[in-house]
Amino acid sequence: MSGQYETVIGLEVHVELATETKIFCGCSTAFGGTPNAHTCPVCTGMPGALPTLNRKAVEHAIAVGLATNCEITKDCKFDRKHYFYPDNPQNYQISQLYLPICRNGSVAIETEGGGKKQIGIHEIHMEEDAGKLVHDEVENCSIIDFNRSGVPLIEIVSEPDMRSAEEVIAYLEKLRLMIQYLGASDCKLQEGSMRVDVNLSVRRAGSAAYGTRTEMKNLNSFKAITRAIAQEAGRQTKRLASGMCVVQETRRWDDANERSYAMRSKEDAQDYRYFPDPDLAPVHISDAWIEEIRARQPEFRTEKIARYQRVYKLPLYDAEVLTETKEMADFFEAVAAVSGKPKKASNWLMGETMRLLKENGMEAGEIRFCAQHLAKLIALVDDGTISGPVAKEVFAKMFDTDIDPERYVEENGLKTVHDQDALRDALMQALNDNPKSVEDYRNGKEKALGFLVGQTMKAMQGKANPKMALALLKEILSE
Amino acid sequence: MGLMQYGALALGKKIRKKEASVLEAVTEALDAIQEKENVIHSFVTLSDTYALKRAKEVQKQIDDGTLVSPLAGVPVAVKDNLCTRGIRTTCGSKMLEHFVPAYTAEAVSRLENAGAIVIGKTNMDEFAMGSTTETSYFGATRNPWNQEHVPGGSSGGSCAAVAAQECPCALGSDTGGSIRQPAAFCGVTGIKPTYGTVSRYGLVAYGSSLDQIGPIARDVSDCAAVLEAIAAWDQKDATSIARRDMDVTAALVDDVRGMKIGIPKAYFGGGLNREVKEAVLAAAETLKEKGAITEEFEFDLAEYALPAYYVIACAEASSNLARFDGVRYGYRASGYEGLHAMYKKSRSEGFGPEVKRRIMLGAFVLSAGYYDAYYLKALRVKTLIKREFDQAFERYDAILAPAAPTTAPRVGSSLSDPMQMYLGDLYTVSANLAGLPAISVPCGRDQNGLPIGLQLIGDCFQEKKIIRTAYAYEQSRKEWDA
Repeated sequence: MSGQYETVIGLEVHVELATETKIFCGCSTAFGGTPNAHTCPVCTGMPGALPTLNRKAVEHAIAVGLATNCEITKDCKFDRKHYFYPDNPQNYQISQLYLPICRNGSVAIETEGGGKKQIGIHEIHMEEDAGKLVHDEVENCSIIDFNRSGVPLIEIVSEPDMRSAEEVIAYLEKLRLMIQYLGASDCKLQEGSMRVDVNLSVRRAGSAAYGTRTEMKNLNSFKAITRAIAQEAGRQTKRLASGMCVVQETRRWDDANERSYAMRSKEDAQDYRYFPDPDLAPVHISDAWIEEIRARQPEFRTEKIARYQRVYKLPLYDAEVLTETKEMADFFEAVAAVSGKPKKASNWLMGETMRLLKENGMEAGEIRFCAQHLAKLIALVDDGTISGPVAKEVFAKMFDTDIDPERYVEENGLKTVHDQDALRDALMQALNDNPKSVEDYRNGKEKALGFLVGQTMKAMQGKANPKMALALLKEILSE
Repeated sequence: MGLMQYGALALGKKIRKKEASVLEAVTEALDAIQEKENVIHSFVTLSDTYALKRAKEVQKQIDDGTLVSPLAGVPVAVKDNLCTRGIRTTCGSKMLEHFVPAYTAEAVSRLENAGAIVIGKTNMDEFAMGSTTETSYFGATRNPWNQEHVPGGSSGGSCAAVAAQECPCALGSDTGGSIRQPAAFCGVTGIKPTYGTVSRYGLVAYGSSLDQIGPIARDVSDCAAVLEAIAAWDQKDATSIARRDMDVTAALVDDVRGMKIGIPKAYFGGGLNREVKEAVLAAAETLKEKGAITEEFEFDLAEYALPAYYVIACAEASSNLARFDGVRYGYRASGYEGLHAMYKKSRSEGFGPEVKRRIMLGAFVLSAGYYDAYYLKALRVKTLIKREFDQAFERYDAILAPAAPTTAPRVGSSLSDPMQMYLGDLYTVSANLAGLPAISVPCGRDQNGLPIGLQLIGDCFQEKKIIRTAYAYEQSRKEWDA
């Protein structure tokens, strides 16, 4: 049944821009905070207050536009979008309808087959966020926190170019990473700094016309998006296959129950009575300004991957893993620079670091130790001051509290023992304790040597030099 | 002679020369208000406690030489749509009957920094919508020249207060004539500056692209002094303009020789009261006698200004007034079921009929399917009108016209016929649409003794030209108020 139908998806992605202050006033954009602490007459819609545009927000929007190959509108304007709701203090939202800041862009994604596909960007427009309405069940009233009111947003509207949940996730991941690399937003779905609405329709395979679409809201994770797409595509296909039609409506996703329900239909659509905001002059974006922003654009992931292979001689796999987040890539580059050992830096980050991050539910941005310390640790292993197992132990300590590995090794007596006599004693002890292994070795089982060295290392609390131990062991056994 | 019989600059001078104290000036203003308010009703709220406290502070600054402004110690009345921190700001509406702002409008702050003392908030048409000050929730203001007549509007309270000598000067706002028309009706002088000259921050918006704050005073000199104090670029208002030519008191020169003054024929046609027409043309004659060159010219688009103005002003008003919803401040109806009902009831009960009419008109012209036909077309008319003015100002230094087609109508005669009331704005709205500066100065009285106003419109940023022309006219004016 579903083979005869094709799913068509376009996305509306809201992203909170990482400016210090709000888009139309000087209030802080910090997340959280005492309710209504970050407010002023402008962002609470007091009589007589006027908006003034934050240039930094415009720069972020232009930067995202350039990264997504958009045309930048040289004289963009702001419009008022009217609707009454208590979290919208002026009862109009300042947005862009007639002349959005960016238009006609595209983002390339890798498809499952390994090919590339361009997802068109219809437009990117700027707007202000609303406040937060909290319903107090105890007092039976609603209260409003305007801290978020006026936080700058961009809405990235794609063309209906995606055909599967995989493509949607690939597009979103690409977009998110690009914006994070730009420093334009942290793009956290859970905290709402990135919000995704999915416009989805299905049509008979091969049909040129689009089917009737629905808009899905309240999607708070990539997993929820994937589930919602599967469910909604199935729901629409089933309706069409049984001769019913799809109603154009906005639906709300209930992730716990894996189903969606209709919020409002097209018939309820409000007339927003858009018109140009007379309080804000058109924003003139000069070529010089655009070039200035273009010159500041960071190196994006694809370019980084290529450079890591070229300059650091890393395998493709390493380059891909390290660039998954900008924080990890930045950290890697710092360690590589200080240590001069990129592959070893990569090993530590991809191995122990990522393992402990995952274990602790942390993100790359939350790494506590500094690049200098990891570089020192690498040097300590390299020059044989400490053994691999000791290094792991030191690293675990460093991961927790960012200790200086040099001093820690010194203070805790973790240096590898190069004293031949002590090593010989420990080896003799191991041989005496494990006659079976000695016999195995003599019968040709080379593996038994490894076990014996291990026992010796253990006895010396890892401070032995394993290479030296192995050589000495062979010497003793051949005596 | 009581202190309130002096103009703003004359009173400021007396205070600086220690012939009067700031406290005396404020006390006499409050006494005058006390005596006349029963009849005139210029004020909605008096800030007497605040004014007395400020009087002491300002006196001290004058005494220790830190305040040398010509307006230091001068009492000023402020239209009640300008936010004043700690002093309620009603906009003449039930909606904001108990609203006390947390900040002060930039223009008021600047005036206070110049040492002027805010003595109270003046009555106005509700949200500045009206031409008579009768749409105020707090009752009508009366014309000091004849209490059976209106003072005009919407800055009727400010103009009446100055005319009744309750204070020497005041601030008003002008969206379609709201300073110039009541100034004409009350026999005082008022200026609407070039759009962007005075910061609108803290002015409760009516038509944002048209609103300008301006001075109202007894003569041109006082108006120029107040304008000089309030005009400044303000980073809080994105439409404000940085100007270096606002030393407008320098234009108080009694010389119009060689000045070219255009007289638009369309402004002197049918609908213009005969006595008003004669007085205004007599003023033109006076200027001619003083060496100005006057010339009639065709102003073709005059008739389109009024409809374009009402479409744009109402569209912006419908949007600007959306914030009055009873949620965060202002009037909230009691007894409602749910959010929608709260909005509906609060706004239905909080706004008066004229405000509701304009909100509905504005919402209509912005709605899907009508936007192009009304709002966009009105914007195009606005552009054309500006162009026609540009052409006129290639030939003229100022345009001379009546401020209003009639003198002040009787109380109660206007509201029954809103179309007639709207037509009263015929000569003033063009300056707002084109963003031009304009001044209204008294030029005579009709047979009932009601004042007539002469309007001079200047090109953008040419306040000095119209101030100079008006000042020169004032010096040769016959005893108009005898």
